[in-house]
Formats: sequence, C-alpha cells, structure tokens
Amino acid sequence: MKTICLYFQVHQPFRLKKYRFFNMGKDHYYLDDFANRSIMKKVAERCYFPMNSLLLKLIRKHGKDFKVSFSISGMAIEQFREFAPEVLKSFKKLADTGNVEFLAETYSHSLSSLVDKDEFRDQVKRHVALIKEEFGQKPVTFRNTELIYSDEIGEMVADMGFKAMLAEGAKHILGWKSPDFVYANAINPRLKLLLRNFKLSDDIAFRFSDRGWDCWPLTVDKYVAWLANDEIPGEVINLFMDYETFGEHQWADTGIFDFFEHFPACALSTKKLEFGTPKEIIAKYQPVAVLHSPYPFSWADEERDITAWLGNELQDEAFRNIYSIRDKVKKLNDPDYNHVWDFLQTSDHFYYMATKWFSDGDVHSYFNPYDTPYEAFINYMNVFSDFSRELDIAMKESKKRKLAKPKAKSA
Amino acid sequence: MRVLMFGWEFPPHIAGGLGTACYGLTRGLAKHDVDVKFVVPRAYGDEDQRFIKVLNASEVETPYGEDFSESFWDKLTFIHINSNLIPYVSPEEFATYSSSERKVGEVSWRSVWKDKYTFSGKYGTNLMEEVARYAMVAAQVAKNLEGEFDVIHAHDWLTYYAGIAAKKISGKPLVVHMHATEFDRSGENVNQQVYDIERAGMAEADRVIAVSNLTRKIVIEKYGISPGKVLTVHNAVMFKATETKEDQRGLDDKIVTFLGRITYQKGPDYFVEAAAKVIKRVPNVRFVMAGSGDMMNHVIRRVAKLGIADRFHFTGFLKGDEVQRMFSLSDVYIMPSVSEPFGISPLEAMRSNVPVIISKQSGVAEVLKYAVKVNYWDVDAMADAIYGLITYPALSKMFKRKGQEEVDSLKWDNSAGKVAGIYRSLIPK
Repeated sequence: MKTICLYFQVHQPFRLKKYRFFNMGKDHYYLDDFANRSIMKKVAERCYFPMNSLLLKLIRKHGKDFKVSFSISGMAIEQFREFAPEVLKSFKKLADTGNVEFLAETYSHSLSSLVDKDEFRDQVKRHVALIKEEFGQKPVTFRNTELIYSDEIGEMVADMGFKAMLAEGAKHILGWKSPDFVYANAINPRLKLLLRNFKLSDDIAFRFSDRGWDCWPLTVDKYVAWLANDEIPGEVINLFMDYETFGEHQWADTGIFDFFEHFPACALSTKKLEFGTPKEIIAKYQPVAVLHSPYPFSWADEERDITAWLGNELQDEAFRNIYSIRDKVKKLNDPDYNHVWDFLQTSDHFYYMATKWFSDGDVHSYFNPYDTPYEAFINYMNVFSDFSRELDIAMKESKKRKLAKPKAKSA
Repeated sequence: MRVLMFGWEFPPHIAGGLGTACYGLTRGLAKHDVDVKFVVPRAYGDEDQRFIKVLNASEVETPYGEDFSESFWDKLTFIHINSNLIPYVSPEEFATYSSSERKVGEVSWRSVWKDKYTFSGKYGTNLMEEVARYAMVAAQVAKNLEGEFDVIHAHDWLTYYAGIAAKKISGKPLVVHMHATEFDRSGENVNQQVYDIERAGMAEADRVIAVSNLTRKIVIEKYGISPGKVLTVHNAVMFKATETKEDQRGLDDKIVTFLGRITYQKGPDYFVEAAAKVIKRVPNVRFVMAGSGDMMNHVIRRVAKLGIADRFHFTGFLKGDEVQRMFSLSDVYIMPSVSEPFGISPLEAMRSNVPVIISKQSGVAEVLKYAVKVNYWDVDAMADAIYGLITYPALSKMFKRKGQEEVDSLKWDNSAGKVAGIYRSLIPK
C-alpha cells in the first residue's frame, strides 16, 4: 500500500502599481488594486470556487479515505479578505471536514529563510497564528516558499517545533535515491522530509494538456496505473503542485476537473493506494535515510535552484536593500509600514527580475506584469526608495513623540 | 533673399534637438529678411491642419505684419512630403515607425502636391530607399519652384541627397549644415553608407556649416573637406514665452539629473560611476537618469552592481511637460557626452535655473562660461563638481544667476545673422 500525499500551494502576490520617480515623496500607495482585484476574481472563478467545491464533494463521497493538504500564503489570505471573502469561506468549509491539513509557511511568501533567521521565525509564527485564526488548526508541517530547502533551513524549522517539512525531490540531491520514501534532516533527524515526486506531479501540473507529450491524453486509468505500479518501490507518493493548476494553468476545457473528479475513486479501487496528509504520513512511516544539502534548492525551473529569485545583479541589489531596513521596520512597528514591508518581501517581485529566460520563460512570464526584468527592477526600487524614505521620516517623528511625552508629564 | 531648406523634423514632432534648432534658425532668419521654404518629409495629422492654415495665409502674400510671429509664418512656407524619414533609428525601429505611419500618412495626404506625385501610398521600409526617394522629390520641388529661391540649405545627412538633387536641377548654391557627424552618433564604428552620404553632401556643397568648432574639426579631419568652406555657426536657444509652473518637490534630497538618449555617445556610464562616488560621501543626494536607449539595460545592471539602486532612479523616456518637470526638480544637470556636436539640453537646464556640468567634448562648451566643464572620462572631476554644486550653496547660486544671463544672450538672431551672411556671400551680385 502506497500513500498518496496531495498538497496544493495557494498564493497570490500583491502586485505593485507603476510607480515612477515623479511619484516619490508624494504618493505612498504602492499597490495596483485593479490588477490585484481582477486577477483574484478571475482565479477565484476559474480555480478556487470550482476546485474547492469539487474537493468538498469528493470528501463527502469518500469520507476519511480522501484527504488533501494546503498551504495558503498570508498574502493570498489578505487578498481573499479584501477581494474575495467567499473564497476564504469555502476553504473554511474544507477545513471543517477534518480531512484537510493546513501547512505553515512564511507569511509573506518570502525568501527570508535565505537571509534573516529572525525574520524567518517571525514570519512563520505569524503565519501559524493566521492559519489557526482562519481554519482552527495549528500547523505541524512546514513548507518553505517555493519549496526552498537546505540542511540549515531544515534545522531552523525543526527548532521551531515542526515535525515535518516538504521539499523538492530534486535529482541532483537525491541521486539514485527515490523521492517515494520519508527522509530526515541531516542536522536534526527528528525533522522528517517529504519529497515531491516531480515526474508524477508535473504530469498533472505541466503536461496534462500538452498534446506534444507522448502520453497525452492523460486518463485516470493510465495515471493510477503509474501510481500503483508494484515494480516501483516506495511508500509515499508526494504530488505537490500549485493549486492554480486546476482551472487556471490547465483550463477547465482540458478536462482537468473531470480527471480529478474520478481520480480518488479509481486510485482507491486498486486497493494499493490510499490518501494521507503529511502529519499522518510521518506518523506511519519511518525515515529511510538523511538527506544532505548544504545549499538551498527549490522546486523551480530545470535547475531546481534559487536562481529564479536571486543571483543576477538586479535581484541581489533589490534583495539586499529590502532586508537592510528590517531593524527600522521592527522598531517602528506600525501596521501600515509592516504591511508594506510584508508585501515587498514576496518572492514574486524577485522572480519578475529574473534574466534567465531561456528554458523556463513560459513559466516566468506567467502572471508577470512587467515586459522586462529591468522594468520590474526599476519599479520595485522606486517603491522601495520611497518607502525607505518614509520609514526614516516616521522613525524621526516617533522619536520626537517619545521625547516629548515625558516632558509633558513633568510639566 | 529666398532659401529652399530641406529638413526632416519640425516642432512639435521632434525626435531630437535638430527640429528645435531648425525652428530657432528659421525664426532668426525671418528677422534677417530671409524667406524660407521649408521642406519636411514627415506629415502628422495635427501638424498638417496647422500648416495648411499657414500655407493658405502665405498664398495670400500679406505684407509683413506688425506681429512678429505672423510675419514669421508668412515668410516660412511649409512643404510636406509624405515620406518616412526618421533620423537615428535602427532598421527594426524603422519598420515599426513606418507601419504606424501608414495610417497617419493616408489621412494627412492633402497637400498641394497630391495630384503631382503618384508615390503616395507606397512606403518604402528601407531608410536608404527613403533617402533616395526624398532626393527625387526634392528635384521635383526644385523644378516646380524654379526662380523662387536663391540658395539651398540642407540639414544633416538624410537631406543631403535632396540638397544635391535640388542643386543639380536649379544650379543654385548649396549650403549643408552639420548638426552631427556619424562619428558623434556611432563612435568609431561608423556606418559607411551614412559617412559616404555626409561626405558627398559636403563635397558638393558650396559651404558647410558646423554647429561647433569641434564639429568643424571633425569635418575637416575625418571627411577631408577643405577648411576654407567650412564655417562654424554655434546653435542658440529659444524658449517658449510661457514658463511651465514649477513642480512641487516631493523629495528633500538634492537631485542630479542626466537627460538624454542612453547611448554610447551621451556617456551614461561615466555619470553612473561619478554617482557612485558621490553617494559614498553624501547621504542626501539622488541621481536620476531620464531617457531611454540601447545602453539602458547595461546601465541598470551597473547601478545594481554598484549597490546604489536605492538612490539612482530611472524615469524612462520623458514626454512633453515631463522634461520641464524634471528640470524643475533638479539641482544639478550633467551632460557627460563622449562626443556632442553641440548639445542644447544644458542650455534648457540653465534656463530652468539648474547649474550644469558639461563635458569638454561637447560643442556647447565652446560658448558657455558658466558651466562646469570636465573631460567625459574624468569621473573624479565629475564627482567633485557634483559635490561642490550640491554642498556649497554660494556656488550653485552663482551658476544659476549667471547661467540665466548667459543663456539669454545666446540668441538665434545672432546665429541666423551669420547664416544669412553665408547666403549673401554665395549669391552673385
């Protein structure tokens, strides 16, 4: 019996408006409300609503035999609250079935794990609190932004009390080993690792509608036969993908919803497959080995590294700048400023600045509001510069106020 | 005196400083009793309406009115030829221009030439083809206007064939005006075709006008033109009577501005290096690079690499009022051109009360006293100058005040007087 772990990532960045040099010093509203609202509405209609109701239907049909897990970024939840509260309600309904595990991640869908331990911990704590507030469960499994993982990041996560973490089943890390077993962190082996089976995950996420693929069309029978194949050893099959795969990356007319509707019944009927959430899986299976990776890797692009977000001059400069003001933001601790600091950290902004368009251009240009990485950089830096300036002004003012108070008392 | 003039752009539709210079020159010539028939290859819808009105007014041949601007327009007759000449563009850019032009051209093709020429509707997509076509049209214009002009004046290489053709047909003397040389545009990697046209134009010409001594030197040394017929007439500057309102400043930092095409010729790299040096020393300064061009991405990367992106901003190409707005936000204006035949933008900055730093390799350096002059490659000197102008108010105050006076004294009347003198020397008495 193999356990299928279905995990879906839900995330929407706050997109920045066109912010020019002339705006600086005068205009301190940085978001493109129109784009954010309209994209949220579009994706809700194509993906979140139909897929949530399909999952609800499947859970009602199969009871405790069918389970899924989600991670929803803080940025997505904030936008649900603002633009599509009904979507949030439908996720709550799923949470209420008890068949859904919600994972923890960084609140801003940020890259903080790569640069700032304190900020990383902060964001994870905030996300855990948010998930508890919205869905009534305290996450015990962690997934980092874009599945970025290294030994050190795993150690930090273990220190925070998480029992399991998701990562990419990257070939260059695994070598001959299979992603279909539970592994453990190299520094703190108590943290168990679930590795994405990228082949079987991408068959749905990327190749489902690809008519040039020799396995097209992908039928439920064919797919389940691959999963249930006795000749391939393994205990778990981790199918991790963006939730927007359903209806947005793969449109409804590709048959993706029909495929998914019949997938659980077909899988269960083999008697060789069951569904489980990460916390159930780590309770059931023991790690077969530790996984070593001193360098971070992710689920992105052919390279499975972090060069989609960091590495070129533009990305590094923007990244360096945003984390250079952390202390000030924390010291000021003003909700308006915290919010800007949050959405500026979202990994998507750095993704837009990627210049390696060659093999993964399609995925990169998806949802990318900028024509060129240079434009993305200029816009981000303009916003950052104004924000940083505003932050300095606010700091000065708050200092003045603090100094003024005791005086008033003594007088 | 009557002049048949070939240009390629005229305000408000201008791509660079040339149209502005032509406008100033023709206005100045009107004061010196020179009648100008200005041939422009491009026709826009909005321009047309305005000029057809002017054309009608001149048909009536009213005597010079009291109002200056009216008499100016009376003397200046526009002849539009629907051609796709666009200066300084790559073939790719030209293709997009010419396709967008097509629609405009159809609408505005209502000039007096309509019945006489049959090339309307057929637009070449090759710039050199257009140059040749313009020459053919020029020959016809010269024929039609026989006896109505005494001198031919052609501005920059795109119109040189036109000028030569007109000279061959009419036998009238030809003056060619070098606003820029191919060496200014492309450095040492000159386009041979363009160079050849420039050289042919100057060889055929009776006089060559260079916009600066710097340009004159290039003409003589690199094109082998006989020094005797090359004369320098510096450009001047003319401002709109209505001053745009000062933009309210949002930033209290000092702002140092570069404004122009971001290309090799303009020296954007040196500006960035100087900026990095200043930012290291002075906390409250920001640098702005306004414009676009083929070196923009390179410059952005360099700025990121130097780690100054939070204080170095890019505005992209600025349109219309935005240029004035940018000047009003600036504390220092820099033109670090590697090679600039003249360079009118520092004058515009000075006019807007902005102290300027210019490279010694610019023609405008020959006429300005109240500008800091540095070698374009000397980023230390540039950084020093920036530091001085933003740190010592007395210095910038002096530059502002004296700069205004200096710019006001650079009148097109004077330059046009020199040009009129050149015309006169060519007409047999």
